[in-house]
Formats: sequence, structure tokens, C-alpha cells
Amino acid sequence: MSETNIKRLKNSVAFLRVLIGWHFLYEGVTKLFNPDWTSMGYLASAKGPFGWLFSAMANDSIIGVIDVLNWAALIIVGMTLILGIYERLGALIGIVLLAMYYLAHPPFPGIEQINVEGSYWFVNKNLIELAACIVLYRLPTGAHFGLAYIMNKKSKSE
Amino acid sequence: MKWTRREVLKGLGGIPILGSLWWAGSASAITKKKERSEILEQLNIEPSLPTEVPPVTGDAVRVGIIGFGIRGEQLCRSLGFATKEWRADMEEEMKENPQNKALEVFDSQDKLNVVITGVCDVFDYRANRAINSFSTAENKVKRYKTHQEMIRSGVIDAVVIATPDHWHAPMAIDALENNIHVYVEKPMTHTIEETYRLREAARNSKAVLMVGHQHRQTQSFKTAQDIIEKGVLGHVSLIETSTNRNDDNGAWNYDIHPDANENTIDWDMFLGSAPKIPFNKNHFFRWRKWWAYGSGLSGDLLSHDYDRLNCVLNFGIPDSISASGGIYTHRDGRNVPDVLQVNMEFPNFSTGSSQVKGKEKGLTFIYSATLGNGYPRPTVLMGHDGTMELGNSLVIWPEGGSTKFAEFLEEEKMNPGVPIYYYDPGANIPDAISSATSQYFADKGLLWTYLNGKRVDSTWLHMREWLSVLRNGGKVSCGIKEGFEEAMTAHMTGLSWKLGRRIDWDRAKEELIPIEGIDFDQALLESPDLSADHIRV
Repeated sequence: MSETNIKRLKNSVAFLRVLIGWHFLYEGVTKLFNPDWTSMGYLASAKGPFGWLFSAMANDSIIGVIDVLNWAALIIVGMTLILGIYERLGALIGIVLLAMYYLAHPPFPGIEQINVEGSYWFVNKNLIELAACIVLYRLPTGAHFGLAYIMNKKSKSE
Repeated sequence: MKWTRREVLKGLGGIPILGSLWWAGSASAITKKKERSEILEQLNIEPSLPTEVPPVTGDAVRVGIIGFGIRGEQLCRSLGFATKEWRADMEEEMKENPQNKALEVFDSQDKLNVVITGVCDVFDYRANRAINSFSTAENKVKRYKTHQEMIRSGVIDAVVIATPDHWHAPMAIDALENNIHVYVEKPMTHTIEETYRLREAARNSKAVLMVGHQHRQTQSFKTAQDIIEKGVLGHVSLIETSTNRNDDNGAWNYDIHPDANENTIDWDMFLGSAPKIPFNKNHFFRWRKWWAYGSGLSGDLLSHDYDRLNCVLNFGIPDSISASGGIYTHRDGRNVPDVLQVNMEFPNFSTGSSQVKGKEKGLTFIYSATLGNGYPRPTVLMGHDGTMELGNSLVIWPEGGSTKFAEFLEEEKMNPGVPIYYYDPGANIPDAISSATSQYFADKGLLWTYLNGKRVDSTWLHMREWLSVLRNGGKVSCGIKEGFEEAMTAHMTGLSWKLGRRIDWDRAKEELIPIEGIDFDQALLESPDLSADHIRV
């Protein structure tokens, strides 16, 4: 691949990274600042082959911890992807989160879809965002745009 | 180390994005929260807390069960006694559907200080079923031939009456006259004349009468009372309630037991004051379909809907009732209507007004029922300032033309399409309901309610209150006043449908306004035989 093409690819992936980070961070922050928010309803109404697991997570005794883990993970993914540092860790956490969202309400035929705005058959936006996180994991761009760029330069000059 | 502007941008460009997002996300959440608390402050609704009643201490209350059919068994479970057969059925159902919580709720129900000492049922199978399951080494449940024998046995403190309607009053009156406490199913009576007589007996008795409108224990209804008192809805001019069912069970076509025959059922005792007809299993098991023993939609289901709202609004007996409808969905020989529309008028009633004094007064209460469609129409209270949907949960929408909320609406802090209040004491508790009829009752808040987030049977709460009052004194939430209003309203509805006329109530005299040439009780009891015109079942 030519130098120019590599640069273009890096720009595009960095752009994708910031957008996904944006999405995660905003979701995390609005949940953090809304004391009424809880994932209980989402989990309790989980469907599909793993429905039982998510319903169990909605249990009164652990839901508080689950909620904190959820917004904290969203914010970590958002920050790492936007800032371009520890982005591979961020992308991995993002993959795990999205896999859980996907499996809690999977768009499988025969399973009722609640609160969805489109029509989906096996593939939905959670799965596509998950695939995009795999790309981010494979192609880190923090050294091209992000704090990793500064770290690199510093370590080079030392 | 030197930095160009380009390098700084490439290295730190993410920081302003992060900062802006943090600010935007937190500001939006905080603004929403502020608007929300402003609205809640304005509404000032206090979700009701569970009522505490003093416990039933001392010796166990000795209870006799009169009528051990479908409802009788349910009432016994609320008292803490389940039959072996029911337990086995529930275990079977739980295998198929692990979400079914009926057995779990029953087993976790606190024990009421009660012992079942006697049973009265005209069907041998049912009486034996109670005896086999409820007898213990210390206490053998005794079967009584008649309610009179049971009431006078000296070993019974209280009776639970779950018989066909035409037996409610004779049994309740006899018990009260002997100072035996009574829990009687709705409708409290079968005729106008009985309604006065039972009121007299209750007033003169030392015993406590409770009418089986268990939803008076439902948390959402208690919260609804607070909402009305605070004038959140403004002047309520229209209430709509409904019955929507489309299944055999819901249309009272219950199973006919294989053991039922002339030798196992005391048919004459079942008939009581009803017209003498030959033994008929259909009439015995499905008595709700004939005026001779039951009262169809008006006594069976309107009575619940009327009392649900009377407990929230306390509007008493309507000034007039007009009903229409017919037998349109189940032409199987029944003579009670299966489609029924009822308008109840309260021209002088008001829930308060946010407008010029005197502009608003009066309320129409519509009850609309069909046994041929199960679309769940909600119960709606329509006020000048807000609309309330009332069931086990409760939702309030602001009214576009509201006077009270005009400023909020103007500033777009409220929007007619967005609820301003939502109360669901059992939110997020996943549940499974086994039948369409149970779903019907659950949606209306008639089946269960929640105590501190735990699902409890509302009938258990109702029973607990009755037992506590009969032991410790106090006032029951559905006593003779409430029962009188409920029964009279149901009878006025039945009469209006049967006569095709408006029935008026004289509030001052507390009686129906007479119609020349009509004997109301005779009209109410008239039970024509339509079997020739209908299909055979």
C-alpha cells in the first residue's frame, strides 16, 4: 500500500475511532448523571438463548454493581477511543459490552424486538459497531491522532 | 523537544472533544432532572405506603368456609390453606413455565392466625377436597349440611361466603344475627330488598362484615386517592372502565366436574330461593350465566370496576343509571347479557376545579363490556388538567388545555404526549400469568399488589385486615357502607338493562325512585328460559 493510501486509511480509522468513542462516552456520561437510570428493565426483559443470564443480572442484590460497571465501562471505552491512548484495551472492552448488548436482545427470528427503530435479521447496529471495534483493535491509530502520538514523540526524543 | 501546531493538534485533539461531550452529556441529564423535580414538586404526589394492621394475636380465628368452588379455594389460599390438588397443578405449571410465581408467592405469604374448622358445600367432591387437604391431627375439618348448622355450631368464629349470589345475603344475615364475622363475595346481595336487610343486620351485629373487593388493598389505588385529593387531574368529567374478555373461562363456561350427578350434589339446597327446575349441571357449575343465581356482568364485573373507582373517588351510588347491550357473543342458553354498556351519572359530584368557581360540576362514569374481544382497554379518568390511566400501575398525562399546568405547557416543560407521573410499585419484577382471565384481573390491580417491592396477593391483605379488625377492633376498608353502594349500583344496572329504562336513585331517601307498575325485585329476579332460542351446550 502506498504511503498516501496508508495515511488515508489511518485518517479514516482514527475518524471511526473518535465517532465510536463519542457514542460510548455520551451514553456513559448521561447515565452517570441520571440518578434514575438503571439497566434493570433492559436486563430483566432479556430474550434469546442467554436471556436467563441477563435476567439473573437484574437481581436486586447485584443490579447496583452492574449499573456502575456499565456506565464506568462505557466511559472508559469512550475516553480511550477519543483520546487515542490504551485504545486497544478500550476497543476490547467495547467488544465485550457490545457482545452483551447484542446477546441480551438478539435480532434472531422468532424473538420479539422491543424499542428498535429498524428491521433486523441476525445483524443489527450493535453487531456492526462490534465489528468496527475489532477494526480499531487491529489498527491502532493513537500514534497517528491521539495522546499516543505525544508519548511516542517524547520517548523518541528521550 | 519542539512542537509544531500540527503536532499538538494531532496529539491533544481528542481532549476538547472529550470535554465538550462530558459537558453536553452532564448538562442534558442535569437539566432533565431539574425539570423533572420541578414537575414532581408541583404535583406533590405521595406514593402510598403499605398499611400496617395490628396482628391477630391470641387463639387462632376459627373459620368456616361456605362454598368451596373456584373462588372459595382462592379465598382459602389467601387464608393460608392450599389444596394438595392445587399444589400439584402449580408444580406441573412451574415445570412448563419457571416464571410462574403463584406457588412461590403462596409459600412466602405470612401466616394469618387462622384455622379452618368447617366446610359447607353442596357438592360432595368439593367438601371432601377441603377436608382432605385442610384437616390436621389436631383439627379435623367438619362438613356441615347447612350454613345454619355451621353458624350455630359454637366452634366457628367467622365465615367466608363464596356461594352463588342468591345465597350471599341469607347466609350473611344469619351469621351476623348470630354475631359470627362474615367475609362475603361480591355482589353483596342478589336483590334490592336483601341489600337493606343485610345493612340492617350488619348495623345491629357485634360481628364484622367485610365485602370481597380486595383491590381496596392495591397500592396504586391508594396513590390514586392522593392524586385526586391534591387536585392533580382537576375536574374529572368522564371515567371509562371496561371488561374485555374472549375466552370460555372469562365467559363463565367453567369445567363441569365428572363426579357431578344428582347423588353427589344437593340440588335443592343449591336452588334455595331460585325457581325449582330439574337437576342441571350446566346451571350448577356455570351459575353466573343466569339471573336466578347470579347477576352476569353487572354484579360480577361492573361491581369490581365501580368499587375500584368508588374507593378512589368516594362518589357513592349514581343518581341514575342507563344500560344497554345484549346476548351477542355466547348464545348458549344464558340469560344475562355478554355485551353491556352502562352510563352512570353523578351530576353533583366534583373532584375539584382549577377554573372559575361553579364552571365545572358533574361526572359520567362509563362501564363498557364485551365477552367477545380481549383487547385490553385501560381504565381512564379524564380531568380538565390531566388524564390518569389506572391499573396495577398508574400513569398521568397533562392535558393540552389545562389551566393548572398552563405555564409548564407554555414553557414546554410539559407535553400532552409525555406522562408527567408514573407509579409502578412492582416495576421490573418479571412475572408470568397463566390464563387470560388472570391477566384481566392482574391488569386491573385486582389480583395482587406489592408490599415493599414483594408481590403479595391483594385478597390476602384484605383477609388480613378483616381478621385484624375482628380481633383488635377498627374499621374495615370494604364494610357495609361500601357493600351497600356496590350492590345497589349493580342492581340498578341489572334493572336498567332488563327494563330498557333509566333507573334513578334518590340520595336523600336512599331508595330507588319508583316506576309505576314495576316491582324492582321481581324484575331483577326474572330469569327467562332462552335455551330453545340458543344453541345447545
